[in-house]
Amino acid sequence: MTVSTADRARSAAPARPTATTRRRRNRYDGVTPWVFVAPTLAGVGLFYVWPTFQSFYFSFTEWGAFGGTTWIGTANYTRLFADPELLVALGNTVLYAVVALAGIPLAVWLAGLLNRPGLRFRSLFRVLFFLPVVTVPAAVSVVWKLLYNGDYGMINYALSIVGIDGPYWLQTPVVAVVAVGIVGIWTSLGFNMIILGAGLQAIPDDLYEAAELDGASRFQQLVHVTVPLLTPSIFFLTVMSAIGAFKVFDLIFLMIGNTSPVIKQTQTLVFFFYSKGFMVNDKGYAAAIGIVLLLIIAAVTFVQFRLQRRWVHYA
Amino acid sequence: MPSRAGARQGSNLAAYVVLGVGGFMMVFPFLYQLSASFMTNAEVQSIPKQLLPGDLRWDNYVNGISSFPFWDQLRNTAVFSVIRTASQVLFCSMAGYAFARMRFPLKNVTFALLLSILMIPGELLLISQYQIVQNLGWLNSMAGLVAPGLVSLFGTFMMRQFFLGLPKELEEAGRIDGAGPATIFFRIMLPLALPGVSALAVITFIDSWGAFLWPLIVASRSEDMTLAVGIASFTGEHQTFYPQIMAVSLLIMLPMIVLFIALQRRVISGLAFAGMKG
Repeated sequence: MTVSTADRARSAAPARPTATTRRRRNRYDGVTPWVFVAPTLAGVGLFYVWPTFQSFYFSFTEWGAFGGTTWIGTANYTRLFADPELLVALGNTVLYAVVALAGIPLAVWLAGLLNRPGLRFRSLFRVLFFLPVVTVPAAVSVVWKLLYNGDYGMINYALSIVGIDGPYWLQTPVVAVVAVGIVGIWTSLGFNMIILGAGLQAIPDDLYEAAELDGASRFQQLVHVTVPLLTPSIFFLTVMSAIGAFKVFDLIFLMIGNTSPVIKQTQTLVFFFYSKGFMVNDKGYAAAIGIVLLLIIAAVTFVQFRLQRRWVHYA
Repeated sequence: MPSRAGARQGSNLAAYVVLGVGGFMMVFPFLYQLSASFMTNAEVQSIPKQLLPGDLRWDNYVNGISSFPFWDQLRNTAVFSVIRTASQVLFCSMAGYAFARMRFPLKNVTFALLLSILMIPGELLLISQYQIVQNLGWLNSMAGLVAPGLVSLFGTFMMRQFFLGLPKELEEAGRIDGAGPATIFFRIMLPLALPGVSALAVITFIDSWGAFLWPLIVASRSEDMTLAVGIASFTGEHQTFYPQIMAVSLLIMLPMIVLFIALQRRVISGLAFAGMKG
């Protein structure tokens, strides 16, 4: 433990000359930290840093049929911006994100109910709402496909009882994206409620008591105490949900499917990326889609951080 | 404040109704899946809808399992999830500890670089990761499946935050007693970090069990797939044989549901912790 001896010497014993020389040599903890971070740095370097640079490179190349790449400059990008599929995929992704974000006010409301003082069966409710979070998307999407079935699905059957003729949910453009987005809300609602619940519990009780003394109604308390103090959690969820929504792939792939006749009208950006990169092996083009996706996510996140000053209150 | 308590009591009735109805809607898909897994195909497709099966048809489970390499895929999924979880727990806590407590050149620059990579959508990196795994000859193998997920930026960040919150006294006491860095880390700090470690483990395990896009790309032979990918291709081949599909997909989720109900508090607080800190 020469390191820590020198370390202590720095503050405790400036007198010893050997400590001074050793202190200089041991300003750092030697090789030990590198042993601790080496596996992570190696893995990150190989599978994250290098691929990041390589993806930029790929986006300027054309993929040969037998492997190997040819530099084609910005041709992938000019082709991409002229590709009507890009706009459709982007539009669907934005629509999906809007649906996902609409789940946040719902989560705020439910988290508020769940955190009422004196509420019983709280952990039971928590389990019920949380169960969809821990399940396997591939395995739950099969039952949702069945529920959404246009001919004998439960949802259209329920609608028919009240006299509504439900659509073919997953085969109708626009409707399909919204339908998948509802499943997205279903799988994330419990998680959002937990995060908001943690935020709610951090609000001190005396704020409510003070508001009550001032004669604030329950609704006024909600608007002037709860929601403002919850905005950091809401902001966190908004950023995370938006990023997640822009990356949505598995639910679209699993519920609408790559063989669906409407997949071209219902695909999202990552599906578009996947179909070019791994279904038709147009990997240079796919890399360009990936870069555009990166820029969009960065821009959306940047705007959210800029806007946060207007509405997020930090205590 | 009896009046206030009374007022809350009164309106809690509405809360029970909303949470009860909402909670039922949340689990309804699982209940229907369970019920449909015992039906005949005709019962699933009947109109008016029937909610319960006429007979309990266990053979949907038997036939479902035997119509694709279920056991191979279950083994793959378990091995994949365990390796990823063990590896991430070890490496993330080591790196997180070093970034939180040790001093080395370029530490802050390195950490900032890791954080900026965390912002990049993983999907962008897929083509290149696929290339690397292909060049290493690891397609259709466990090595290829687990390789990119052996380390985690998110996990490293989360563990760093966790170690920053732990007191320094025990660590210093260990140093005075002459313990080396490995002893201090494994004997003192890691046990203290157990809540963070178990949160990371649970998150990684659940995430691995349901992982879809990377396994979909890496494994093309059905005996090399994980269950999450296996059920998708099974569904593609048996397009409309719903009872078997429901049975098999329930079996895939069963370990996660059991794990969650057993470790409910730990899972929820772990995810809340990760959410707040991550």
